[in-house]
Amino acid sequence: MPRKPETALPDLIERHQKQLLDDWLSQQRSSGALGADDPETKDQSARFLTELRKGAATGRFDDIEAPEWATTRELLDEVSRARATMGFTPSQTATFVFSLKEPLFSLLRQEMRGSAEKLVDEIWVATLLLDKLGLYTTEVYQKNREEVIARQQEELLELSTPVVELWEGILALPLIGTLDSARTQIVMENLLQQIVTSGAEIAIIDITGVPTVDTLVAQHLIKTISAARLMGADCIISGIRPQIAQTIVHLGVDLSVTSKATMADAFQLALRRIGKSVAGRAKPSRTAE
Amino acid sequence: MEQIPILRIGDCLLVSIQVDMHDRLAMALQDDLTRKIVESRARGVMIDISALEIVDSFIGRMLDNIAAMSRVLDAVTVVVGMQPAVAITLVELGLALTGVKTALDVDKGLALIRRLIDGEEGAVDRREG
Repeated sequence: MPRKPETALPDLIERHQKQLLDDWLSQQRSSGALGADDPETKDQSARFLTELRKGAATGRFDDIEAPEWATTRELLDEVSRARATMGFTPSQTATFVFSLKEPLFSLLRQEMRGSAEKLVDEIWVATLLLDKLGLYTTEVYQKNREEVIARQQEELLELSTPVVELWEGILALPLIGTLDSARTQIVMENLLQQIVTSGAEIAIIDITGVPTVDTLVAQHLIKTISAARLMGADCIISGIRPQIAQTIVHLGVDLSVTSKATMADAFQLALRRIGKSVAGRAKPSRTAE
Repeated sequence: MEQIPILRIGDCLLVSIQVDMHDRLAMALQDDLTRKIVESRARGVMIDISALEIVDSFIGRMLDNIAAMSRVLDAVTVVVGMQPAVAITLVELGLALTGVKTALDVDKGLALIRRLIDGEEGAVDRREG
């Protein structure tokens, strides 16, 4: 059981809340924090002081993850989130909390005049607490950013794997970007689903946009092709660039599937397989005999 | 004991799997089917697994075995209507069923069997060059 520190902090904040808030706001202004003059910042600062007082009154200085600090954490979540979306840097976000130190410490010095030992104790308690809270804002900021990145990645995955119908019974799957396991899974699911809904018998997988084909990518391709074959659809690979053809041979990969150099060739083959052909329109009259 | 019906359409046999396959049922199906092929002198076997939502490696291998057995008895096997999830599972299990012909649905499966029996496959290959 951690020792409950004897501190005058909650009492001090309560008595001098107004003055502390003014000092803190001017401190934020002078430290060049963005939006220090916003009414929003003022409101957040006032609420933070209140929460800090309530939290400090419970005496749980050792652990800001404790339920006593739940409302404080919520407030910091909100502040951090708002600042992250407004384009603040992590240090600017953390400064919101850290800038409270100076006004708080000078207040402590005023109050604890004549008792150096007590002053050091109080400052130690306050600095530990504010450090933790400041770091917490950075953590939230980071988490926020990671969420954004994860969401973008997901969207990118969705965007980059379209399955298009070229003709009745012929699907095309233009792959762009590197094929990793997660993407292969999505590509495979999309393709198979589309095969079911459209009843297509031939799928052309175009790898023009795949930068490199190593053994792993080749294996993913083979998996996709095997799954499509199990459903009853044939695959043709197209868009193999000269370097990639060389790599495939050097790696000793056997794709064991019909491949064509360009999508046009693959499309022609696909048409032939389903018994269709493209014919040029006959000219109305001959110009030269 | 439940039994999977084997229907005869011309010189083809149609097996439609509508229940969850368990191992003993699979073994019984192999027995029944091989007997039926010999009895009816069928040239083609179509296995419809569109209602099958779960496969394990045993069922996967059974499909492969049935295809191999029919081949020995001079009948072609076409598996039709595989669900996407099933296809992905089989591939992940490493069972590509390379010896089995596949088609999207019963209609296309019948057409494929006809083509295979009539020896049209060679002609298609020659055309593709």
